[in-house]
Amino acid sequence: MLKYSIRRLLGMIPMLILVSIVVFSLAKMMPGDSLSGEIDPLNTNPEYIAEMREKLGYNDPIHIQYFDWITGFAQGDFGKSTRFKIPVKDVILEKLPNTLFLGLTALFITYVLAFMMGMYSGRKPYTIGDNAIAGINYIMLAIPSFVAAVFAIYLFSFKLDWFPFGGSVDILVEKGTMEYWFSRLHHVLLPALVLGAMSTASYTQFLRNDIIENSRKDFVRTARAKGTPMKKIYNVHILRNSIIPLVTFLGFDFAALIGGAIITESIFTYPGIGQLFLESILSRDYPTLMALTMLLSVLTLVGNLIADILYGVVDPRIRLD
Amino acid sequence: MSVTQASKKQTPLLQVKNLQTGFKIDGDYYNAVEGVSFDVDRKQIVGVVGESGCGKSVMSLSIMQLLPQGIGKIRGGEIAFEGADIAGLSDKKMNQIRGKDISMIFQEPMTSLNPVFTIGYQIEEVILNHEKLSKKEARKRSVSLLESVGIPRAKQIADEYPHQLSGGMRQRVMIAMAIACQPKLLIADEPTTALDVTVQAQILDLLKGVQEANDMAIIMITHDLGVVAEICDEVIVMYAGKIVERSTVDELFNHPKHPYTKLLMKAIPKMDEDVEKLATIEGLVPSIINMPEIGCRFANRCPKAMPECLSVTPQLGETAPGHEAACLLYDESWPENEKHHKEGVGLA
Repeated sequence: MLKYSIRRLLGMIPMLILVSIVVFSLAKMMPGDSLSGEIDPLNTNPEYIAEMREKLGYNDPIHIQYFDWITGFAQGDFGKSTRFKIPVKDVILEKLPNTLFLGLTALFITYVLAFMMGMYSGRKPYTIGDNAIAGINYIMLAIPSFVAAVFAIYLFSFKLDWFPFGGSVDILVEKGTMEYWFSRLHHVLLPALVLGAMSTASYTQFLRNDIIENSRKDFVRTARAKGTPMKKIYNVHILRNSIIPLVTFLGFDFAALIGGAIITESIFTYPGIGQLFLESILSRDYPTLMALTMLLSVLTLVGNLIADILYGVVDPRIRLD
Repeated sequence: MSVTQASKKQTPLLQVKNLQTGFKIDGDYYNAVEGVSFDVDRKQIVGVVGESGCGKSVMSLSIMQLLPQGIGKIRGGEIAFEGADIAGLSDKKMNQIRGKDISMIFQEPMTSLNPVFTIGYQIEEVILNHEKLSKKEARKRSVSLLESVGIPRAKQIADEYPHQLSGGMRQRVMIAMAIACQPKLLIADEPTTALDVTVQAQILDLLKGVQEANDMAIIMITHDLGVVAEICDEVIVMYAGKIVERSTVDELFNHPKHPYTKLLMKAIPKMDEDVEKLATIEGLVPSIINMPEIGCRFANRCPKAMPECLSVTPQLGETAPGHEAACLLYDESWPENEKHHKEGVGLA
């Protein structure tokens, strides 16, 4: 397993180099540069601009520029955010806890709901309960998250006043107190619910179908022939088989977890990575943008690796070596 | 007290009376097993033979109440195990019998074991379902069970998963599981069909061995008359959901009565005869939706069919001591109210 992981991690390096070239090229191809985002090009002394461009290396050949950027990047120097005037690393680290909190809450809601509904539906397929769950799920799948988010804010924040409509915490509470954490939880619940709705729906239907399929397998008949109660057959024999495909989703969820949710975070004005990403595009904060894109690429690759490793852990038929 | 004990000894271990099992197709039930009756005595090995689709598997699943839920159903008749009817028992009550008093092994050892649990766990489960033992004791017992069915390195195998074993080994595991609680009856549904010929013989020897060691009775479902000849005491021949012939093994092989049985015997390849082509029985078992209401169900494929075969339903009658057949070629198979017809036709 360790050997496999190391081999896979090493295999990521060429992939990451390719990704970095794409990210760098895209940033270069976009109109303007960080400098023009930082100063007012029309009201600045052209000599100063020329001097700064030379100093920042904008006149170097393109491969030198790339090389400068990637060596800094590999050493953990992501550059300075042109918008916040502080290192990109600090900007990201500031937003990351919020995003993680939101992502974990959404993931928790997703898995708890998906398991409860999926196991019920799988055990009692084609009943009223199953059809009701399927109906809700397909509605959740069909409604785009920006519509769901706006609707959720309208209903639960403005009409019912159950949840705040934006932000991550009340400004008045003192950091570290019990009240502070309650406030954070209060703020995160609604966006987490909206964020988790779509994957809840697909995971539920996935689990349901897998349970139905497994319940027709020969090993279920064997278990019944042994005098095992139906409840145990479903909760142990079938479920243990049906979690195999679901567990591998966890790896992909991991990438989404840290990558944040651009749409949901923006609508809820939740200060996380997703919102930062969108704002960086709008304000041409290229260093931040490039760092975030690279981060997401790395996470996706790591997520894939985690998925494969989890596969080997939960399915004894798969050996990783 | 002694009287009841004596009478208990005389009751057969399993008595199936007029069993009717149906399947739901487009909302209607069609019988796949139609009025089957037979007894199994203690320590007896009864073979049930017939082509695919003749209802032998459905019959065995009915005894265990393992028919596919919501689709298959026992629609009539009685299944008495040690004198008590078990056909109408709830799932909960049946769970106390399944695996303990009656156990079952299946045709496909490849898929009959759960791929994600260890062999040891799956054997322990049946033990823990029925007996109050600690996990450690159950593990000890499962290892000795594995040894008793001839699995080498039993201790390691108990920690391995089904995919690490061959088909024959898996069938041994299934047998170990089936005999774990010393059942009185073992139903083996084509236990050797999916295996290599050399392995088949080993598995049959093993079954015979565990039968003797545990004083079990076995119902051996098979389409292979060779298997029947090798280990059974008594044989039931089924066709299209009904029993067409029943006798002891020697009697059946020496004096088969029913044309269907005779044709089955002909289809066995013989080493001492030089034949180009194996004998076959033309046609197929009628599907349960188009089953003829009256008459003999084999009539359309029978080389000896008479006009009466389509209008008179033959009954199982004793054509020789201990030998029953359901064919109008024999007087004993004519139903009482139709006997005069027969005389009118003038067959002798």
